[in-house]
Amino acid sequence: MQRIEEKLKILADAAKYDVSCSSSGSTRKNKGGIGDASASGICHTYTEDGRCVSLLKILLTNHCIYDCAFCVSRKSNDVKRAAFTVEEVVDLTMNFYRRNYIEGLFLSSGIFKNADFTMERMLRIVKKLRQEERYNGYIHLKTIPGASEEMVKEAGLYVDRMSINLELPTEAGLKLVAPEKDHDSVRKPLAFVNEQMKSFKEEKKLIKHTPIFVPAGQSTQMVIGATPENDFEIMQVANDFYKNYNLKRVYYSGYIPINNGNSLLPQIGSAPPLVRENRLYQTDWLLRFYGFQLDEILNPQHIHLDLDIDPKLSWALRNPHFFPVDVNAADFNAIIRIPGIGRQSALKIIQARKFGRLHAYQLQKIGIAYNRAKYFLRCADSPFMLGHPSMEYVRIAILNAGNQKSRQQVSAGQLTLF
Amino acid sequence: MYYLFDGTYLGFLSCVFESFERKEAIIVPITPEDHQIDFFKDRRIIVTDKGKALRVQKGLQERVGKVEAMDFYRAFLSEDRKAWLASFFILRQIFIGRADIRQHYGNDHVLYFSQILKKVSRERHRMKAFIRFSKSSDGLFFALVEPDFNVLPLISDFFRKRYADMPWLIYDIKRKYGLLFDKRQVGEVQLSSEEVQGATTPAIAIALDERDQLFQRLWKQYYTSTNIEARKNMKLHLQHVPRRYWKYLVEKK
Repeated sequence: MQRIEEKLKILADAAKYDVSCSSSGSTRKNKGGIGDASASGICHTYTEDGRCVSLLKILLTNHCIYDCAFCVSRKSNDVKRAAFTVEEVVDLTMNFYRRNYIEGLFLSSGIFKNADFTMERMLRIVKKLRQEERYNGYIHLKTIPGASEEMVKEAGLYVDRMSINLELPTEAGLKLVAPEKDHDSVRKPLAFVNEQMKSFKEEKKLIKHTPIFVPAGQSTQMVIGATPENDFEIMQVANDFYKNYNLKRVYYSGYIPINNGNSLLPQIGSAPPLVRENRLYQTDWLLRFYGFQLDEILNPQHIHLDLDIDPKLSWALRNPHFFPVDVNAADFNAIIRIPGIGRQSALKIIQARKFGRLHAYQLQKIGIAYNRAKYFLRCADSPFMLGHPSMEYVRIAILNAGNQKSRQQVSAGQLTLF
Repeated sequence: MYYLFDGTYLGFLSCVFESFERKEAIIVPITPEDHQIDFFKDRRIIVTDKGKALRVQKGLQERVGKVEAMDFYRAFLSEDRKAWLASFFILRQIFIGRADIRQHYGNDHVLYFSQILKKVSRERHRMKAFIRFSKSSDGLFFALVEPDFNVLPLISDFFRKRYADMPWLIYDIKRKYGLLFDKRQVGEVQLSSEEVQGATTPAIAIALDERDQLFQRLWKQYYTSTNIEARKNMKLHLQHVPRRYWKYLVEKK
């Protein structure tokens, strides 16, 4: 009994650097057993670091034949090792699930012996859950790089989401800290699963009983701040992966130093780049939901995201010719580009203005961040203005008004004369 | 004019019917328990009439569709008098021919209605997330909750579909009723105060399954292990898991 608690401690601890915890996107129904998937996903609790806990996220084992410098489970690291049996994982999952602690299982693993051997063991757990326990809850399975296509394809028939981590944004960065790995071993399985998903979907159009295959799609993860890639490089890679492999999500994980073994990596005590991580996610959202193109936000002239202000505001300040936008006349795509107005508010504005021109007090009540947005929009009672305030002024005014996540002192450099 | 009704949804819909029949447009729906009744205002006692209520419900569905008609029930479950008033205003608008009134976010009532809907929906979602079952020795999975709004009717389907192969009980301590599922259907149950007492201190009355303590311990262990200390952010943590829910969460107890 003592032993299972210790295993859980070690193997949950080792799995926690995998950011993905999403349980959304699947439509699996309960077919005469227990469990189903909730399309929107459910976060059952949150840890003290504010991250959501929706899945039982564990490694099958933290024994690993690889020696990647950024990874806590690497071969040369002196940590306690443990391995779950198939039965233990199934028992834990079912009992947590029945008590409504979790949405499902997130299973990853260190690689022992070889890729196929590891993958086969993971597959056994997944099949036991689905076939013997008649469990229809969510399962997120990590694809083991180098596992055979047959194995990956079979797993896809049982799980809801598959993922495989890019680890570092560029091949060069990866070679630096994990010489045994390369990006190709990530791209290949991603492409393979993507192809399979497409063909299963095609088949389903013709034959209704076609089984579902990875219904919640694929995702990947990059470690940020371990190697010196800039934001432009990172987002280029992400953009490329979204386009080519139809990914549901790319996760950005600020590097947390785990020891001082490798002098190329940030050392223990250096804070994880949380603000930068946040800005990357904001950019990711702008690309996927706000109709922005990558080169509008990041380009060779502008390779770093501004840490003081969010990327949409940053874009707005660089493009004053786009503003002010009249919320009573502009279309949806223009309104969501106003800093401080999100998709939900924009939708409300579009609907509400049919009943009469909107005034500032109404916009405030609808819930937009008016103090930020006011510099970029016009509404029914905007005062008449000659010319526009300089964007320099707007930036300082917004930063001084607070509310920005990383409020920092604006550098009081040389004043401009004109 | 105050309309006093019995606090049920059918009663509420009866109020809508009466307000049209009596041509009384400006009314405030309240229940007899609401104190501080204004003595300078008239009041009328509305008797719940199922037939009238269903006519309102049917008319509403014809005008805005079933999905949107359901929103009024959800808002009603907030038990918030201001939301009832907003609902009343919107319902009247719909029945006098403004079926699209719900989009008029510039209007205070409409905006408030959409905000309360969001709150109810958030609470409903939280209950799906924060309910923690304990397993008793006779195999019943039971959970106690105190939701901000009366959301049990809204989560019943979710739990019935998901936990279809086990009996469960979800009990709302604040409103003194619960949902009991017997592997076939969900029914409403009321417990005596001793039974509730027994459930809150499980060691005394309800005998727990022998492995229940183990899994509670394992869950706490997992919760601690999956936290990244270097990223600690209590403000965010509290935003997601407000303190009032802690006493029913195994991992926060």
